Amino acid sequence: MATTEVEPRPAQYTWRDRLGRWDVKASPYLYIAPFFIVFGLTGLFPIIYTAVISFMDWDSIRNTGEFLGWDNFQYVLNDRQFWIALRNTFSIFLLSSVPQVIIATFIAAMLDHNLRARTFWRMGVLVPYVMMPVAVALIFSQLFGDTYGLINHWLGYIGIGPIAWHIDVIPSHIAIASMVNFRWIGYNALILLAAMQAIPRELYEAAAIDGAGKARRFFSVTLPQIRPTAIFVIITSTIGGLQIFDEPRMFDTTGTGGPDKQWLTITMYMYNTGWGQLNFGRAAAIAWLLFLIILAFGLLNFWLTRRLISSDTSGSK
Amino acid sequence: MSFTRRKKTLALTAGAAIFALTIAGCSSGDDEETTSSSTAETSEDGGSGEPVTLTLATFNTPGYQDSETPDEGDYQYDLIQEYMDLNPNVTITYDRKAESGDARENFFTKLGPGGLADVEMIEVDWMPEVMQYSDLLEDLTSDETADRWLESKTADATDADGRLIGAGTDVGPEAVCYRSSLFEEAGLPSDPEGVAELLDGDWANFFEVGQEYSDATGKGFFDSAAGIWQGMVNQLDPAYEDADSGDIIALDNADVKAAYDQLTAATPDQSAHYTQWSDDWYAGMSNGDYATMLCPPWMLGVISGNAPDTTDWNIANVFPNGGGNWGGSWLTVPSSGANVEEAKKLALWLTAPEQQAKAFANAGTYPSQPAAYEDPAVADATNEFFNDAPIGTLFADRAAAVAPSAFKGEYYFQINTSITDALNRVEGGTDDAATSWDKAASEIQGLG
Repeated sequence: MATTEVEPRPAQYTWRDRLGRWDVKASPYLYIAPFFIVFGLTGLFPIIYTAVISFMDWDSIRNTGEFLGWDNFQYVLNDRQFWIALRNTFSIFLLSSVPQVIIATFIAAMLDHNLRARTFWRMGVLVPYVMMPVAVALIFSQLFGDTYGLINHWLGYIGIGPIAWHIDVIPSHIAIASMVNFRWIGYNALILLAAMQAIPRELYEAAAIDGAGKARRFFSVTLPQIRPTAIFVIITSTIGGLQIFDEPRMFDTTGTGGPDKQWLTITMYMYNTGWGQLNFGRAAAIAWLLFLIILAFGLLNFWLTRRLISSDTSGSK
Repeated sequence: MSFTRRKKTLALTAGAAIFALTIAGCSSGDDEETTSSSTAETSEDGGSGEPVTLTLATFNTPGYQDSETPDEGDYQYDLIQEYMDLNPNVTITYDRKAESGDARENFFTKLGPGGLADVEMIEVDWMPEVMQYSDLLEDLTSDETADRWLESKTADATDADGRLIGAGTDVGPEAVCYRSSLFEEAGLPSDPEGVAELLDGDWANFFEVGQEYSDATGKGFFDSAAGIWQGMVNQLDPAYEDADSGDIIALDNADVKAAYDQLTAATPDQSAHYTQWSDDWYAGMSNGDYATMLCPPWMLGVISGNAPDTTDWNIANVFPNGGGNWGGSWLTVPSSGANVEEAKKLALWLTAPEQQAKAFANAGTYPSQPAAYEDPAVADATNEFFNDAPIGTLFADRAAAVAPSAFKGEYYFQINTSITDALNRVEGGTDDAATSWDKAASEIQGLG
């Protein structure tokens, strides 16, 4: 009968088969477990600890705290500096990340061609990334001096009055964004280049035979093909952009974001509260707010990019 | 196809989110993670004679050992080696941080859990914060050192219970640095004695001279409003906080507002509108954008280093409205150390007048011990760049003029930062004096 015939079969395979199946199913988890254990210790624990501290008036030196409830969050959300910092962070982020990704894609596309001394050019774009942010900031602070800076000097030649880089809001953001871009464009370009190199050349040949020009091939073949990498680049630069710290901190010597907080970012605000004022409870509250903002923004960005590029793909297909 | 792609990208976002989470958590969670690593737990309790290893942590260039400077042979004396020769049982590990900010962060990270060096240098800027934890530091009071330091130096390091938590190293008594050729152009006296006489008086007199200079030349008289404010506010007693209750009185204290008004009335013409330590400020030292600067001894090196081609910088033995101090440090002994007694000995030896005079010869850190001013190494010191100004005797006069500073409590730096920001806003032109003050006032009201 059918039942007696079927039953012995699993028994035959049983233990080797099960072990094999167990191996296939479970061992990947086992292999990635060390990362998550380390992450739990060094990542998750501080996150939870930060959450606890954010509800307290925390004295990190005596390791004691007084429970405050939502006071820290309330204070931060009512603080003018927080909202200015938020504005600045987004402004610097937009001024840096958007041109950065666009220019990086462009440079990557250029490097994807058959250039002479390819390796030289490819390594060349990475050089700024190797430089220390502090060194970059030092150089740029010389360039962006209000009175004796080189850039204002050059602008003088073409009849543009000196720009108050350290006083006006938008110019200070542009100056900081240019430091960020200088450092990260090459890095992102190389990642995008790697993705472009992986695109099968047949696609380009086919497109060329179909009569697609250079621009068309770029938009209809290259961009859709590098989509996962582009999303990665966009998300990492979003996270990095929202956590921007080194460049604005080094933009002047006091590192507190300017007299009117023209270039105070959220991470600087957090640092100044924690280390400047030794108010770790409040700093922890800011850290959590920053985390929520990044999470929300990362998801929004992800959704946007997906829509944008996938609609492109379906259109071309 | 599109399903697996979605899965992949989803995993990517999840990964990115976790990454974000880690960073957001870490950047504020750093303080818990740091563990003690540099403690000198190597030796037994410090009875004399037994071998002891001490760690000494400083910052900038206190002038103790040649290793502080990049070039060899800059320093005449090696105080660390000298102490080890005098005390063969002691081995000193010298740990120097480049900047005061790094040292401050390290100090407050490890003050609670332990892990500080046996002897830690602290700076006058963070003294009000350190004072809140004075019970975690050793009392350095002793009979032999009772009158070692300037009165103001001892007062600033004595806590509410009368414990002396810091052994004074150097001080920053302020004089007025000026450029003689610029004074001459403006028709003012240009020799040090003449300038000292000219500026002898209160701040109103200083600003009167400044107005005269600016009217004559159309240029700034002093470098920045914030620099002058530092001098003015340190003379106020009380300043921002009430000594007994610790309450913030900055907004009720008419003196603070009066000083602010007096200064902001003078700045439009008389300030060069630079932020101290900005590149433009440095450039202004040689460009003649300003003619004077309030300068403590350590500022001399800053000026000579940044305006090496100018020949007319000089120092006048004067300070408006009395004296002023900018900078200076103490050596403290954290109670958590393994060799507290030996550490105290080292701290007190290093801050003795003889040693501090040598440190001055090494690195120009001006002693806080009046006895050191008699030492030829200090008394006969002149500065070539400043036209052979007799800095040894000159700063001894300025140090004597410094009064113990007013009570500085928990909120001193936040309040001072708010007001300095306010002044810088006026300087930059983002606000006028009144609205800028209002912004600062609302920040100060939010404190506490």
